[in-house]
Amino acid sequence: MHEAPMRNAPTFSVVAHPHKKVDGEGLMLGRPAYTDDLVPSNALHVKLVRSPHAFARIKSIDATEALKLPGVACVLTWKDCPRIPITRAGQGNPEPSPHDRFILDEYVRYVGDEAAVVAAEDEATAEKAASLLKIEYEVLEPILDFEHAKDNPIIIHPEEGIHEMFPIGFEPKRNIAAAYHMEVGDVEQELAASPVRVDTVVYTQAQNHVAMEPHAAFSYLDVQGRLTIVTSTQNPWHTRRLLGLALQMPLRSIRIVKPRVGGGFGAKQHIHVEPYVALVTLKTGRPARIALTRREVFESTFTRHQMRVNIRLGADPDGTLRAIDMQVLSNTGAYGEHALTTFMVAGSKTLPLYNKVKAVRFGGDVVYTNKVSAGAFRGYGAIQGLTGLESAIDELAHKLGVSPVELRRKNMIHEGETSEVFRIMGEGTEGVAMNIESCKLEECIRRGKELIGWNDERLVWEVAPGRVHALGMAIAMQGSGIPMIDMGSARIELQDGGFFKLHVGATDIGTGSDTILAQIAAEELGVDMEDIIIHSSDTDHTPFDVGAYASSTTYVSGSAVLKAAASMRRKLIDTVAMLWNVSPEDVIYEDKAFRTVDGSRHLTLHDFSYDTLYHNGVRMQTIEVTESFSGEKSPPPYLAGFVEIELDKETGKVDVVKYVGVADVGTPINPNLAKIQIEGGLLQGIGMALYEDVRYSDKGHLLSHNLMTYAIPSREDVGSIVVELVDSYEPSGPCGAKSAGEIGIDTPPAAIANAIRNATGVRLTHLPFTPDKVLAAIKAAEGAA
Amino acid sequence: MIVTITINGKKESLQIEPGDMLVDTLRNAGHVEVKKGCDTGNCGVCTVLLDGKPIRSCSFLAVRAEGHEITTIQGVAEEARRFADFLNREGADQCGFCAPGFALTVIAMKRELKNPTEEEIRHYLAGNLCRCTGYESQHRAIRNYLEADHA
Repeated sequence: MHEAPMRNAPTFSVVAHPHKKVDGEGLMLGRPAYTDDLVPSNALHVKLVRSPHAFARIKSIDATEALKLPGVACVLTWKDCPRIPITRAGQGNPEPSPHDRFILDEYVRYVGDEAAVVAAEDEATAEKAASLLKIEYEVLEPILDFEHAKDNPIIIHPEEGIHEMFPIGFEPKRNIAAAYHMEVGDVEQELAASPVRVDTVVYTQAQNHVAMEPHAAFSYLDVQGRLTIVTSTQNPWHTRRLLGLALQMPLRSIRIVKPRVGGGFGAKQHIHVEPYVALVTLKTGRPARIALTRREVFESTFTRHQMRVNIRLGADPDGTLRAIDMQVLSNTGAYGEHALTTFMVAGSKTLPLYNKVKAVRFGGDVVYTNKVSAGAFRGYGAIQGLTGLESAIDELAHKLGVSPVELRRKNMIHEGETSEVFRIMGEGTEGVAMNIESCKLEECIRRGKELIGWNDERLVWEVAPGRVHALGMAIAMQGSGIPMIDMGSARIELQDGGFFKLHVGATDIGTGSDTILAQIAAEELGVDMEDIIIHSSDTDHTPFDVGAYASSTTYVSGSAVLKAAASMRRKLIDTVAMLWNVSPEDVIYEDKAFRTVDGSRHLTLHDFSYDTLYHNGVRMQTIEVTESFSGEKSPPPYLAGFVEIELDKETGKVDVVKYVGVADVGTPINPNLAKIQIEGGLLQGIGMALYEDVRYSDKGHLLSHNLMTYAIPSREDVGSIVVELVDSYEPSGPCGAKSAGEIGIDTPPAAIANAIRNATGVRLTHLPFTPDKVLAAIKAAEGAA
Repeated sequence: MIVTITINGKKESLQIEPGDMLVDTLRNAGHVEVKKGCDTGNCGVCTVLLDGKPIRSCSFLAVRAEGHEITTIQGVAEEARRFADFLNREGADQCGFCAPGFALTVIAMKRELKNPTEEEIRHYLAGNLCRCTGYESQHRAIRNYLEADHA
């Protein structure tokens, strides 16, 4: 009998230990590791010329003066590009995003949209040349308000040839990028029959990712004439596939290399810079480099989808939830990247929380506007939907006069249960039915209450004249990859010396996935962390993986690594058994050595590695395995978030005194790194709740285009963040793990909104909760009283 | 024009344009350990020490460094390794892009402030932004790092 992969083992020796991040010291010492650290010295510098108008048609581009400048290598316009509609969204194939974009187009659809490409010998010359381009625009009237986009006489995408890959509700002539609707039971009937009802609306804003490393890429032709692109990406294979389409090149001619990435959060799950360096390299034969300025990151990469979330709840007087109706309007900006899928996640990763309702409905439209495109961003629809849902649940608690915690406990999902929503709603497609095998929400809530000092009788108290403290809470779920769509692979090869090469397509973007994947391999192979040399990711040299998104890496890629390590273990035993001419059942592999059950033979892994590569004559072979994993389900991690705020009624300022997040992520493969995923997610969510806002002028010019005008939380802004992980074990996950990347961000906007409601009696509806809005709401309530 | 700057103890003569920012001059000279994050002096990833004091090299003209000593993380590698160990033990090293600038500021703070309070630490480091960690783990590491010297 072969040994089964480790599935139900409660104790681990490498997994569940806080091993140091494998690249931590090197990155701190500043070793050349990120894309722009590695650029060949002879690379051309690429600058993009961006639209100054929110909507315009390019009438002409005169490059005469620019091309006269010494050192200018080329100027490229829409006329130099294949006329192929693409999407920039890094997603599976076929993409659920509409193909509504050209690398360069005759039309520009937001301030910052790419109008032309300039390449020169140095950056200053490229900038100068860009300023010398004479572009004549026919300025068109834009649509800036997403509530007036649908069926507006202005059509943002009038062009022919753009299309959806499969039905997603794409109706560009109506400014609709995607639409969706689902219903279980009869929501109207249930609501009408419900003695207690609430009807709420929340507007969630566009948010910027602000990964510390701006987007960068460089390209060159290798010795075989193949196009190599080194880029800060979250998904090398999707990048290659999209570029192949965009440039009309066979995929075999393209190689994508991901070096270290300085943060992603979804920002690098798209092709923003790669097509432009590729165009220049293909045109000139020269290496080409681009590094966006922070302003360009704000003006031309994506944001979180702005949404309006309307919720209606119906309940019995005892607090039994009977119906949920969630209607959403989402703003995808100028192009429809991730339009349908973020929209669906607003329902699919929130509604199952309250799985006992008799009827549930979800639907609405995703519309185009002349703003920066929206795309993938940690939380990906869930944070928008959850902010609406968890605000409405608190309103219901107020209306019923019951504890918001107990109302949730009464109605929320538990281990062993399911939700129809899992089966109905996937990401762009139908979902996958799933029973919940691990859900420790009860424990998350119990511990969270303890850590924040929750007392239903005292949710607000005065600390000084005009200053109050208040508590609020929310619960959340996420997923672990996209079932039946996401796939990850791992290859393991024994090396002379008895260590292993682990190649994964999984894309470490700074999260520490290289470290946790090495831990899983070390655990299963019974070796030390140092014996696993991990490399990610390169389309030429590592096996396939969809990439780092959708909370997939630990669960999907981690399962692939576990499978590969289990296969390697079997293969090692089989090979040694064959060499010894015994049955594999008679070989024990332990402590990096093989022995027969009867103890007659013994061989260290170290010696075996030399034997198989140098000493075994015709039986010499490299010991190598490759395995893949795609999930049949997407077990949700859960989190209970509790906040204590201080609210100044004179100024409207809200400060987070303490935020407690207690999470169930299954087995944390690396407790330190899992915890920090939650801590960082919470702060990003607090940023969205209180500070961060993408703002435009009435002409559509971005006002929040640097870190002075777009404030992310500093270390002085928030009191304390306390995170704990509860004991949990997901039977379908690698070593019991679920994913941890997104769940942290989801609760803060709702929990803080609920705390402000407890502090003031007012329900704020427009994120972020800046002092002006808080103050206006307090004044309005006082005026009404 | 040529500027002469002592970088990590070594005198280097570098060709620059008058408007060049120090970060670009350093990176072009191969010091890619100095990162570029925001271009407006807000994020701190470009932090270097000028005669021992932290500055933002993205908002500091290279010409002003003439005759001065610039220290990048490579210039304090031994101390940085010591601090990295504390940071690693907390898992507080995430994408790492802010790490060289952040670590330099921590090292400068340690030289400048004796027994800083939590508030003083947060204030001293406020200009070093991090989007990954939520800061808590960094502060656990800093406290352990500072306390290790008193042990």
